[in-house]
Amino acid sequence: MRVSPKLGFGLGVYLGLVLLAFGAHWIAPHDPLEQDLLNTFAPPAWRDGGTSTFWLGTDSLGRDILSRLIHGSRVAVTVALIAATCAGILGTVLGLCAGYFGGWVDTVVSRIVDVWMAFPPVLLSIVLAAVLGAGLHTVVIAIVVIDWTRFCRVVRAEVMVQKSRDYVTSALTIGLSPWRILTGEVVPNVVPLLITLFTLEMGIAIVVEAVLSFAGLSVANDDATWGSMIQEGRQFVRQAWWLMVAPMVCIVLSVLAANALGDGLRERFDPLLRRERP
Amino acid sequence: MTPPVLLDIDGLRVSVGGRPVLRDVSLQVRSGEIAGLVGESGAGKTMAGRAVLGLLPDAARVLSGEIRFDGTDLLSLKARAREALLGRDIALIPQNPMTALNPVARIGTQIVDGLRMHLGLDRNGARARAVELLQAVHLPDPESLLRRFPHELSGGMRQRVLIASAFSCRPRLVIADEPTTALDVTVQKQCLRLIRELQRQHATAVLFVTHDLGVVAKLCDSVAVMHGGRILEFRSGDDIFRAPRHPYTRALLAATPRFDRPGDTLVPVSAEVLARLQEEVDVYDAAH
Ligand SMILES: Nc1ncnc2c1ncn2[C@@H]1O[C@H](COP(=O)(O)OP(=O)(O)O)[C@@H](O)[C@H]1O
Ligand SMILES: [Mg+2]
Repeated sequence: MRVSPKLGFGLGVYLGLVLLAFGAHWIAPHDPLEQDLLNTFAPPAWRDGGTSTFWLGTDSLGRDILSRLIHGSRVAVTVALIAATCAGILGTVLGLCAGYFGGWVDTVVSRIVDVWMAFPPVLLSIVLAAVLGAGLHTVVIAIVVIDWTRFCRVVRAEVMVQKSRDYVTSALTIGLSPWRILTGEVVPNVVPLLITLFTLEMGIAIVVEAVLSFAGLSVANDDATWGSMIQEGRQFVRQAWWLMVAPMVCIVLSVLAANALGDGLRERFDPLLRRERP
Repeated sequence: MTPPVLLDIDGLRVSVGGRPVLRDVSLQVRSGEIAGLVGESGAGKTMAGRAVLGLLPDAARVLSGEIRFDGTDLLSLKARAREALLGRDIALIPQNPMTALNPVARIGTQIVDGLRMHLGLDRNGARARAVELLQAVHLPDPESLLRRFPHELSGGMRQRVLIASAFSCRPRLVIADEPTTALDVTVQKQCLRLIRELQRQHATAVLFVTHDLGVVAKLCDSVAVMHGGRILEFRSGDDIFRAPRHPYTRALLAATPRFDRPGDTLVPVSAEVLARLQEEVDVYDAAH
């Protein structure tokens, strides 16, 4: 079984992240909250004055950056998986029904999506955070509430295309019920698209979580998250730029890996799912 | 003795988005016989077949007429009853084998689904039956074929699979909508022979839709000639070839190569005949 570089990269990064997230306690060299006021702003190991005790240096309170990044991955991974799954399920179910059954179902769903998308997403998440209070659950709910429409619109359009394909007519002519055709024939044809949407959404979720932590709307303040690390690092960017750059690299890498994973998976399965366009 | 009428389309008028596509279509298919439905592209042949299957497009309206299958009125059938009928009593051989199979489902699944639903077979029973069916359409190594995906098969093989699938529940009526149009000439002949063979074996009635009079001559017991959504002439196959009545039928015959008279020069259907037909359609539409 050959794995393309893209898929290898995406899969590698995400498996690594999941591993780090679950094993953070054992893998991180230090306690992420432990302050060492004699060692504040220690530079990374490869710079003058750096030590191998703190591979990526320490922050303004002398906390180990690497350990904080590793612990921060827990929040990133949790949010990415849960939010993308929930948004995906909600949007996909509604999109499938709207696209396949059409009529009033489609009218109602499409109207809701239109109205939904008229709200500015940033505003919506800030309002939600104000109502629900800061915390991980708020971040997840905000992402689901905002991003289910992304799945819904794309899935609806794809189902409408699939519905007009001959294989659906064939399924009708052997007497399969509409529900069975939707779940048994159409859905498998939409799976490649769902994989792509899901992985993209994981990347988006990680960014949104970082933005909300940056704004102080995510988990409680002293817990390490990539967003809060950027926010803290921003104040010291002239003395210790790596405080800010390290979590940014993590975020950018996760987003790139999410896109690569989506592309890689689609390419991997497309020979099998090769579509015949009429 | 003539066999009883199995499918009776009577005065069917259908419009799509307000535009008439079937104008008073009447034709009968008798038990165990092959009825040809011939006409050029756009004549309304597919629409007629779809009306029988209850699969008209969303924008289509049945304005009047009846379709009776063995006495049952198909047009007023509830969804459940139709699902029970389709695949079991009435089956379709589609026009384009390249798109008619679900690209992400294995061949086995697509045949087995119908067998399990209509014949109540269990998984193993249905698989065993599917193997027999694929053997019956002369496909090599049916066991491994069941595990393959459509894109691994040639067009001819796929059409054989679809033919096998159509005959799988021993339907009483098969609608074949230009089943060989999308295939190579050599494969066309094999598929026609196959349909004929299975039809004889199971004494199935077939509504054979085609634009090719040559095919109809060899295959059909009766022939309906269609143009502009109207049936111009519906008679026994022998009659229509020996003594065509309608000018359009005569023109169509003159435009079709014949095995018994290979030397004949072919004459395309004249503009005059077509203009007459259009006039009749206009008169009809004005009256309805
Ligand atoms: N899905 C559709 N929606 C609207 N009009 C259609 C559709 N399919 C076919 N038609 C029209 O119905 C008429 C008959 O088409 P069809 O039955 O496909 O002809 P044939 O099968 O004889 O080539 C044509 O005029 C065609 O333009
Ligand atoms: Mg047609």
